[in-house]
Amino acid sequence: MSFGEDTSEMCLFNVKDGFLEAVVRGYKLGLLSTADYNNLCQCETLEDIKLYLTGTDYGPYLANEASPMHTTTLVDCCTRKLVADWKYMRENAGEPMGRFLDYCTYGHMIDNVVLIVTGTLHERDVQELLDKCNPLGMFDAIASLAVAQNMRDLYRLVLVDTPLAPYFSENLTSEDLDEMNIEVMRNTLYKAYLDDFSSFVHGVGGTTGAVMGEMLSFEADRRALNITLNSIGTELTRDDRRKLYANFGLLYPHGQAELAVAEDFDQIRSVMEKCPPYQAIFSRLGLGESQMLDKILYEEEVRQLINTYEQQFHYGVFYAYMRLREQEIRNVMWIAECVAQDQKNRVQDGIVFTF
Amino acid sequence: MELFRSEEMQLCQLMIPAEAAHDTVAALGEVGMLQFKDLNAERTAFQRTYANEIKRCDEMARQLRFFTTEVEKAGIPVAPRLSSEGNLDFDALEAKLAQLESELSELNGNSDRLHRSHNELLELQLVLERASSFFEDARSSADRAQRETAAAAFDSATPDIGAPLLESAQAFEPKAVQLGFTAGTVPVEKLAPFERLLFRSTRGNMFLKFTPVGSVADPATGERQEKAVFVVFFAGERARQKILKICEAFAANRYPFPDDLSRQRQMNAEVNGRLRELHTTLEAGDRLREGVLQAIALNLDGWSVQVRREKATYHTLNKLSVDVTRKVLVAEAWVPVAAKGRVRDALRLAALRAASVMGTVFQPMITYEPPPTYHQTSKFTSAFQGIVDAYGIARYREANPGVFTIITFPFLFAVMFGDIGHGILMLMFALLLVLREKKMAKQDLGDILGMMFGGRYIILLMSVFSIYTGFVYNEIFSVVTTFFGRTRFACATDGSLTDPVAMMMDHSLCPSAFKTGLEMQTTGSPFAFGVDPAWHGTRTELQYLNSLKMKMSIVLGVVQMNAGIILSYFNQRYFADTLSTLCEFIPQMIFLNALFGYLCILILLKWATGSTADLYHTLIYMFLNPGDVDCGGACPENKMFPGQAGLQVFLLLAAFVSVPIMLLPKPLILKKRHEKRTQQSASYGLLSPEENAFRFQRYSDEESVGGGEAAAGHTRAPAQTSGAHAGGGHGDGHGEEFDFGEVMVHQMIHTIEFVLGAVSNTASYLRLWALSLAHSQLSAVFYDRVLMGQIQGGGSPFAIVVAFYVFTCATLGVLMVMESLSAFLHALRLHWVEFQNKFYHGDGYQFAPFSFETIDQEPL
Repeated sequence: MSFGEDTSEMCLFNVKDGFLEAVVRGYKLGLLSTADYNNLCQCETLEDIKLYLTGTDYGPYLANEASPMHTTTLVDCCTRKLVADWKYMRENAGEPMGRFLDYCTYGHMIDNVVLIVTGTLHERDVQELLDKCNPLGMFDAIASLAVAQNMRDLYRLVLVDTPLAPYFSENLTSEDLDEMNIEVMRNTLYKAYLDDFSSFVHGVGGTTGAVMGEMLSFEADRRALNITLNSIGTELTRDDRRKLYANFGLLYPHGQAELAVAEDFDQIRSVMEKCPPYQAIFSRLGLGESQMLDKILYEEEVRQLINTYEQQFHYGVFYAYMRLREQEIRNVMWIAECVAQDQKNRVQDGIVFTF
Repeated sequence: MELFRSEEMQLCQLMIPAEAAHDTVAALGEVGMLQFKDLNAERTAFQRTYANEIKRCDEMARQLRFFTTEVEKAGIPVAPRLSSEGNLDFDALEAKLAQLESELSELNGNSDRLHRSHNELLELQLVLERASSFFEDARSSADRAQRETAAAAFDSATPDIGAPLLESAQAFEPKAVQLGFTAGTVPVEKLAPFERLLFRSTRGNMFLKFTPVGSVADPATGERQEKAVFVVFFAGERARQKILKICEAFAANRYPFPDDLSRQRQMNAEVNGRLRELHTTLEAGDRLREGVLQAIALNLDGWSVQVRREKATYHTLNKLSVDVTRKVLVAEAWVPVAAKGRVRDALRLAALRAASVMGTVFQPMITYEPPPTYHQTSKFTSAFQGIVDAYGIARYREANPGVFTIITFPFLFAVMFGDIGHGILMLMFALLLVLREKKMAKQDLGDILGMMFGGRYIILLMSVFSIYTGFVYNEIFSVVTTFFGRTRFACATDGSLTDPVAMMMDHSLCPSAFKTGLEMQTTGSPFAFGVDPAWHGTRTELQYLNSLKMKMSIVLGVVQMNAGIILSYFNQRYFADTLSTLCEFIPQMIFLNALFGYLCILILLKWATGSTADLYHTLIYMFLNPGDVDCGGACPENKMFPGQAGLQVFLLLAAFVSVPIMLLPKPLILKKRHEKRTQQSASYGLLSPEENAFRFQRYSDEESVGGGEAAAGHTRAPAQTSGAHAGGGHGDGHGEEFDFGEVMVHQMIHTIEFVLGAVSNTASYLRLWALSLAHSQLSAVFYDRVLMGQIQGGGSPFAIVVAFYVFTCATLGVLMVMESLSAFLHALRLHWVEFQNKFYHGDGYQFAPFSFETIDQEPL
């Protein structure tokens, strides 16, 4: 980063984006802390959780919920808070921040598309599927996804209008669309999305480029790792596997080449440990404890997300806020489920503490 | 002087029998004079004793909010509180609310269903109307086309090349394939994507016709939406399937639409009939619902108040610690000593009412915590106290600058805003607010007007003082007044010539005026009040006024700063801090008055005697060349009284000597005391009688004079460890931290701050002059250049009207709004910084009692 760019960023960032950065930092202060989680873990019923959350930023969203509570209503209320915050920021954002915020939600859009498509293939009711969609990744024509009978129609009818269109047209031919496994499609789209997002943040440059580059690298590597783990023992060929990895990240390109040929967990592990940041993660993992990996990766992600708040004048804080809120909602859901199913001894296992 | 020091507070312990706890606390909320301490701070909301009751209250509050929105939606006015039924007990109210809620939601459900079918029928009616007109149009245009093409074919045997082939073909042989169609309504904003998707999915093999029908209630949500009626034609079953799905995806409501005209009419008639039927049902349902809502509205406010109070009561109960036997609840609360009697009465009454065997035990406690600050304010004083509180809440029982602010604040404002006319305008506004106070207090005034309303008495006093200073400056909208007679100045040679402007215009009138100046006609009887009108409009007006206002600013500033230092003495005396009096108050007084107090005396002397001494010169050479007043004889006019030189040397020395006195002795003496105390405590000794005495110990910030430090007075609070205060002892006097370095550094900072501040704060008061100058110059510009410029310059009547308009806008916008705001801010600054830094600690915390009166104001 040059001196000039740095200075101009410091001088000019606040002109357009200072207000929203202040807003998002305010929102961030409302995230639940470790003390909050400890208190939540002591709740006996969902009503207790509601009472406790009424005292937090979720208060206005929960106050008008009638008893008795369910886990889903609780999670819905929490999601409503995130969506309301996000909408507020999106409405107030100028360019290029508006595009950045949109980019952050494309991932959810991909998930929603995949959800609706699999749902229709299994002949589920559209309304029911729509309720399950992530509200951040909604777009106008999403309901009409169900109209499409096959993948080609899907693209031709609906997705052309969405920001996801280039990911389809550039990466998938119409033959692919017809015969491709839905999970492979999701990962192909996600790879295209990550590549696009990464080039976008580097286009924005400055601190945003640096911070988001780091975050996206981690995301890309995590996906590469998960793809490899999940594809062991399936008929996915090495070349196909290779194609699903994003074209950046700490593992790119040599680590990815090695991951592509890995055949069991220990091989993956040896590949990952060649990369210093991941060595620390894997060293926390005992031999054969692959289940814990998810949680450790989440924890690592949360650590990185919180670090983004150490720097000023960049868009990473918005991405981080969204991710942290989502993690928090997952935590609340876990606690609520544990409380509802009387599994309180396991409640600490699933929480990823933020602060 | 009850505002001068905050109310005396006591920490009291209440032991409330469990069975009477709720009623007792509610009775105390009625009194509203107790600030309960949270004794369960480590427990979370849901672990507390009354968490369940809080949940029930929340549930009831939710129901009440639901009722409120429903009542508001129905447009029924909510009756003001406390009707006959307002006093249900908690459980009965809960049951009643739950029952009402289920009743209301059932009614809502019914009416929703009815409304949905009603809206559906309405939409169907629209579809029938509009769609049939499509068909009609299509039919007539088809007929026309057929006729035209037939005619064209007849006209020219060879068909026109430009004529569409398909159309003509169609026209000649009507298609055998029956086209399917479906009709319905769709929101207008979704129309474009809807059409696009239809087009894509059928590969263009469809025909959509639509017409917007305006705002229609949507059957699903009941909200009004801009909608359009559409008819889409398609061919084939697969297309039909797709189109149905697309309709579903776009929340387009489809309606059956018969293609045959007679059945359309029949259906239309049917729909109309059913609509009428539904209408009567709906009306009956709505009447029923309105009846229920009206019954609710009657009690809603009373219930809301009750629930709010219940919830606050339980929140307070949650702060009490529960005794192991669960028979007694223990509370700790701050009470103003003056209100203890009322609290006792309330407790006795509550115990009687609850008929419990044990009454509540109410006893004072010993604590080392600083008590909260509680100033009893009236509607008049509260805004002024607000100005002080915005800077910082006074420390417990320290001198409250709010008392003085009531007068000094509007006065300093007026010095900067002196104009009779502007003052009168502001007075009218303030009177409007004050006289309509009762009415306006009930309304929601919005941010800005609400703020002004809150400060209405400040504005009132500001305007009165502005009028007063306006008389002093002799200005009304920058025009000179003659309320106190004509000018006392006249031409020295011709006593009848008094108008300085006329003399300036025609030099031959009074030549002496330009050599020796005007003369007062009768010496010793100047203009009765304020500035002589003779100055107005002369070339020396500005110099004269500047000199006057500058000197006046300095005199006012030094007086106010002296007042601040004297207040610090009141604090020291009250907290029995003789050391600070000797080492801070006295040298500070000497320092300020030796330099600037002396300057003020010179100013007054100069005004009184008419001396022509150059005070700048005097003051500067007092430092540069002490002992020499008249520049070694070169400027004899500077010597104003005999012995001046000697006095100046003495004052200068006094000022210099007072600086080290401010700095050194206090930390050293504190250190000595501390050492002595630690020595004493090393060996056991008899306590001196007064140390043992139970005496009222004032809350002191300094480890002050010996004596009853160790005695635990019943409101004895600890010295806070903040700031320069030596040792934050907790009253025990033993083993407390004493860091000499820190104390010394603080003392140094304070000394430097005061010495430099004496100069810079005095200079800061010159803002009084600067703003007053800006104000009078601005108003003069608007009056002379804008208004008079047109009138005297012989402008056309139209131009004069325009000029008057501009003048009015500028007076209101620039002077009344912006200038008054800036004067307000500067007055605020002079109080917060220049005045309050002399004595005000402002590190207390506000008394926030548990009171139903404030709770009733909060939203549910």
